[in-house]
Amino acid sequence: MTSLWPRIEPLLAKVQKPARYIGCEDGAQAPVHGPGKVGWLLIYPDAYEVGLPNQGLQILYEILNERPDAAAERSYAPWTDMEREMRARDVPLFSVDTHRPAADFDLLAFNLSAELVYTNLLNCIDLAGVPVHADRRRPEDPLICAGGHCTFNPEPLADFVDFFVIGDGEEVVSDVNEVVRGWKASGRTSREGVLRELAHIDGVYVPSMYDVAYDGQRLVAVTPKYADIPERVEKRTIADLNDWPYPKQQLVPLTEVVHDRLNVEIFRGCTRGCRFCQAGMITRPVRERSNEQTRQMVTNGLQRTGYNEVSLTSLSSADYSGIEDVVGGIINDPMCQGSVGVSLPSLRVDAYTVGIASQIAKVRRTGLTFAPEGGTWRMRQVINKLIREEDLYGAVESAFSQGWNRVKLYFIAAPPTETDEDTLGIAELARKCVEVGRRHTNRVTVSASVGGFVPKPQTPFQWFGQNTVDELQRKVNLLKDTVRRDRGVQLKWHDPKATLAEGIASRGDRRLGAVIEDVWRHGGVFQEWSEHFDLSLWEDAMARHGLSVDWYVYRHRDEDEVLPWDHISAGLHKDFLWQDWQDALAASGVEDCRWTPCYDCGACTGYGIEHVVASTLPPAGGSQGTFVPVTLGGTR
Amino acid sequence: MRVRFRFSKLGKVRWTSHRDLARMWERAFRRVDLRLAYTEGFSPRPKVSFGLALPTGAESVCEYLDVELAHGEQPDVAALPGRLSPALPVGIDVLAATVVEEKGSLQEIVTSCRWEMEAANAGVDEGSLRDRVAQVLAADSLFVTRVRKGQSTTDDIRPAILSLAVLDTAVLECELATEGRGLRPSELLAAIDPGIEPGRVLRTHQWIQRDGAKWEPVPLLLPATAAPHAERAS
Repeated sequence: MTSLWPRIEPLLAKVQKPARYIGCEDGAQAPVHGPGKVGWLLIYPDAYEVGLPNQGLQILYEILNERPDAAAERSYAPWTDMEREMRARDVPLFSVDTHRPAADFDLLAFNLSAELVYTNLLNCIDLAGVPVHADRRRPEDPLICAGGHCTFNPEPLADFVDFFVIGDGEEVVSDVNEVVRGWKASGRTSREGVLRELAHIDGVYVPSMYDVAYDGQRLVAVTPKYADIPERVEKRTIADLNDWPYPKQQLVPLTEVVHDRLNVEIFRGCTRGCRFCQAGMITRPVRERSNEQTRQMVTNGLQRTGYNEVSLTSLSSADYSGIEDVVGGIINDPMCQGSVGVSLPSLRVDAYTVGIASQIAKVRRTGLTFAPEGGTWRMRQVINKLIREEDLYGAVESAFSQGWNRVKLYFIAAPPTETDEDTLGIAELARKCVEVGRRHTNRVTVSASVGGFVPKPQTPFQWFGQNTVDELQRKVNLLKDTVRRDRGVQLKWHDPKATLAEGIASRGDRRLGAVIEDVWRHGGVFQEWSEHFDLSLWEDAMARHGLSVDWYVYRHRDEDEVLPWDHISAGLHKDFLWQDWQDALAASGVEDCRWTPCYDCGACTGYGIEHVVASTLPPAGGSQGTFVPVTLGGTR
Repeated sequence: MRVRFRFSKLGKVRWTSHRDLARMWERAFRRVDLRLAYTEGFSPRPKVSFGLALPTGAESVCEYLDVELAHGEQPDVAALPGRLSPALPVGIDVLAATVVEEKGSLQEIVTSCRWEMEAANAGVDEGSLRDRVAQVLAADSLFVTRVRKGQSTTDDIRPAILSLAVLDTAVLECELATEGRGLRPSELLAAIDPGIEPGRVLRTHQWIQRDGAKWEPVPLLLPATAAPHAERAS
């Protein structure tokens, strides 16, 4: 065993939060490595407390370690103080499980959940002692791969990542393991050979197997170099979530992390059709976990971990068939002694939802958060978040009348076609929510969080040129001025500068690789963290490499433009997305296809799969996108 | 029923903080289904009370925790260490449990702690270390400036040094008072010689005073006595 622990431990007295580096979580594994096994280092390229809870990484960690021919460990980006100590003493990146050097693994597999971690990915490769450029790696270096939502546009990282895995990872990791095991057994000769073989796996994209042609600024084509390499890489999708009851042993960290509670995924995919939402577009169709399996996972998980809070996770948890029964079952379970809290992320906006929330509040009253996203009905039709004002006021009325005195609202600033009237609509909605609340209590606070819109690949808004930093700042100032004298309204906003860096990384082509490398070489790590974020690093890097921010970020795209991610498929037909974009511009909404006829986006039909939902009726009281009036309630 | 636990914190888990430790214990109680009493009010908290915080990175064989069990909970107290240890991380072993009747929190009753400290630098000169320790012990006062809660203050730490000896080439043993401002082992080490890099720190005893004698809050195999020669037994 090659453990770096004796060299790591002396560094820990010199750094903040040393528990980030010790592992020892309940559920952590110490797999035995060997010649017949493929060693995976699963890396979340952000701080431990952000990365540890990531469910995707934990699912793959378990699936791989259940295989007799795989051994998977974990790593996270060392914080800057630790990095300094490591570099000063030549301590390379290590796993937290057995403190094995990263370069001793066969694969370094990155989870990419956000674009601003791209520079951390480069830093982790470098700390591992592996060349950051894929074309400079030798056969003895680990293979560098990446998965996660950001890989639906892999091009900005094409220079650094040997292969990408697109879509659900549960099945494809085993396919990859088979190929890499064979390569290892044959003496790890040619790197190109194993990559070519990996490129034959459905859902695997090997950027070095493609030629890219430009005409000036314009991208002309991304084409396979060889006949056996697919022109388009289709995402992987697991047909039934019930076949994958993972994580079975959710990691329980010893130190504070975000989302520090039991997490049970109740469904994957979402067809609400919010046009700004990349997650909703790329994870279709809806696949619900059965109520029974959910209950089982909650009961076992609480017992095993000792947590007293469970989050039922999904992209819109109140849409889960039987949500009321499941929540009631947990809260009233005698085993839980009435002390287990339930949290439901991404709540729908309506009174029905508040009904569920108030049931939960019997145990512990947490904050209520709604995401109307747009300030006016017109805006919400554009983004297809079909919440009517009466839905929101109904929800807020219901909340304040049941004892809440604080409600959080989430909004997007500057989605397509936004006018100042729409922007000011945000303040107007917040103000009216305070008025509704005042009928019930004097201590009303409504906080409105505003984030600047960044268009994402594989969505109907992929053609939209995002607002400039100045324009976003003007809109934020407009809102600040408007709510200044409104008692009860609290305005919060994200730094408009960060939206520019995110915009650069989101829709870039391969030429962006040089920019990401440049930002990293100038010390730009942890760009997700406001204390480390530095827009000038990005702007300077763009200028140094002769790339135009206007072209990449602020420009509207044409229908016939070749997009850098056109050869990566989330199953959605491009003409469906274009039509949805045209509908958006016409402020016309579409319904949720879970309960209405199919409009052939391609996600089901293309892969021969279907929605897995227990109820064919829209949820009780849920008006959002279903046009069922709140007052009628549901019939299920 | 109020139960006092004695436990160790050894190995990698020493890098977790005092706050982290509190969460580990709460989860452990839920895992073994031992119900605790809760405070009243808006956000009820379990009635648990830890002793003096162990600095992050230090090890110990004498940590303590008092818990108030829920009404009606009547466990076999002698069996609790065996139930709880498997529910806690590796390195945290529950060494003993006992019912406590008297009032007074651990923070109030503990008057001093005994520590073993190792210098991390290789080749610390034993002779000069012994000389320096002798100087410290001979001095009437020893003023140091340290930062507490963001404020820089200068105090005489000599009264807090109840004993100090060089055990081995690079191992110091000391007993430090906990009352008043107290004295951290790292602060003492810096006062002895700022050139010494602190290595392993182990808390070996926490002492309370009762009837003019020194006792451990929960003794292990041997009863603690006031006699100095018995203090090493642990």
